Amino acid sequence: MLRGGSWDREPSHGASLLRSGRSAPTRGAATGRVVHLIFFLCALVSIITTVGIVLSLLIESLGFFREVSVWEFLTGTRWSPILRPRSYGVLPLVSGTLLVAFLALAVAVPCGLGIAIYLSEYAPDRVRRTLKPILEVLAGVPTVVYGYFALTFVTPQLQNIPLPMFRDLLVFNALSAGIVMGVMIIPMVSSLSEDAMVAVPRSLRQAAYALGATRIEVALRVVVPAAVSGIVASFILAFSRAIGETMLVTIAAGATPRLTLNPLESIQTMTAYIVQLALGEAPHGSLEFQTIFAVGLLLFMLTLLMNVLGHLVVRRVREEY
Amino acid sequence: MAAADWASRFRPNLARRKVWGRIWFALFMLAIVVGLAGLVILVMRVLYQGAPWLSFHFLTDYPSRFPEQAGMRSAIFGSIWIIGLTGAFTVPVGVGAAVYLEEYAPKNWLTRIIEVNISNLAGVPSIVYGLLGLAVFVQLLAMGRSVLAGALTMSLLVLPVVIIASREAIRSVPSSHREAAYGLGATKFQVVKEIVVPQSIPGIMTGTILALSRAVGEAAPMIAISALVFLTFVPTDPLDKFTVMPIQIFNWVSRPQEGFRGIAAAGIIVLLVVLLTMNAVAVYIRNRTQRRSEE
Repeated sequence: MLRGGSWDREPSHGASLLRSGRSAPTRGAATGRVVHLIFFLCALVSIITTVGIVLSLLIESLGFFREVSVWEFLTGTRWSPILRPRSYGVLPLVSGTLLVAFLALAVAVPCGLGIAIYLSEYAPDRVRRTLKPILEVLAGVPTVVYGYFALTFVTPQLQNIPLPMFRDLLVFNALSAGIVMGVMIIPMVSSLSEDAMVAVPRSLRQAAYALGATRIEVALRVVVPAAVSGIVASFILAFSRAIGETMLVTIAAGATPRLTLNPLESIQTMTAYIVQLALGEAPHGSLEFQTIFAVGLLLFMLTLLMNVLGHLVVRRVREEY
Repeated sequence: MAAADWASRFRPNLARRKVWGRIWFALFMLAIVVGLAGLVILVMRVLYQGAPWLSFHFLTDYPSRFPEQAGMRSAIFGSIWIIGLTGAFTVPVGVGAAVYLEEYAPKNWLTRIIEVNISNLAGVPSIVYGLLGLAVFVQLLAMGRSVLAGALTMSLLVLPVVIIASREAIRSVPSSHREAAYGLGATKFQVVKEIVVPQSIPGIMTGTILALSRAVGEAAPMIAISALVFLTFVPTDPLDKFTVMPIQIFNWVSRPQEGFRGIAAAGIIVLLVVLLTMNAVAVYIRNRTQRRSEE
């Protein structure tokens, strides 16, 4: 029998249940229906939230798209919504966002995958149980802290690299933001990939060992290919996280929308633009103000696409075993 | 004949393959070192830069134009307001939703939509929640840039996490306990009220504290709501303006003077201590209940 908790008081509970059950069965049924409804409404809040997000983004950007065509917004190559001559091409913000996100993946994919293979195929149980929570801390550190770190530590270190290309690295640049963001999303890649690898049936490994494969061959040629959907899903979800990350890029990557693939330049991401404008003086209802909802709508659709894609890939791997 | 031919071609070459194994293993170790080093250098850097600026007046003073006099009083109180109200909003709704999905929900299309929707909401970028709060709470419901609007926005942001954690806690209540109560003639609501919820409270608390600790460090949606970085009073009413710790840190980081870098690091130390405390409490609750149920 369990000690503690509500079971200490079990006899009185039983008595009270019996009493109320006997005295007013109809009142109990009515209460049950009301309570059922209240719980249902609580669950409905999540649906209302989604509807609220979609509606508020759509309605506010509708005003924007009345002035600027969707085509101009999506294909324009100059973003200057405040300074004249005004121009509303979102591509510089998109390129900035993707640039930082791919730099982050370039760090997080090899590191996260290496950690996942080690944890799933090599690590003794004790090591695994200590290492995992420590690495998870990386995902729990607030992103302003990473922004501070990128700006005041990583960028100066990069500027000290004795290569001509790093000599005139700007204070704000995509590279240091991307590197630090990569470290931040390592645990996302590693824990999701590890889950996928642990789910690979033991018999596959044993068959490979029986054929004389070494440990690394089992890991790289049997386990990783068998878990590939889960691993790819972890990349997609980490990518989505990187696209939506805000404070780190606002602090460290700059505020100059620029259509470039050069990581040494200062850029601006979609999220950083939203913060910049939200901090400014743009009056509600003005075209400048509505731009953040148009950019937000694009951001929402991009991350939603990535998340749905990621979950679809994960479900495929589940069906195989 | 053919078999002998194949056998002569078979070269296990085990030595070379084992060397490759060792090289790969070294690479895996390197990956771990990168992750751990990132964490260690980050913490060391913050402590080194921020510790000299930490003092009692830093906690109790208002922000200032001079780094020597700056403090984070308004930010600390703002964060307390936001977290308190967010907790008050999310716990009832989150637990209610979790109870519905685990105990009441029929297996139909609507339930499936709700479940898929919750997991998708958890992946929406936090700044998008900020835009939602700006459009709905600040403008449409005319709450202004207030603590209330901030807390409601934050509640929607952490709600999926609270629901997912509460569902797990509720699922771990053994069904035999429910059946025993039904056997005594309890109604469904009585089972929920007397058996399911009391037994899942530790799990719900752990999940909620972890969700709120995420909320403490969240700056982006709060910037969209508050838009304030320099505030020299403490909110005393849910409709007052506010700022929170990560916004204050963001403001200090983005100033060019060297002194504010140190102040920012000191603010980060305070923020990290708060987060560490919250996480320690959550882990403590989880461990205590685990030990008890093993007895």
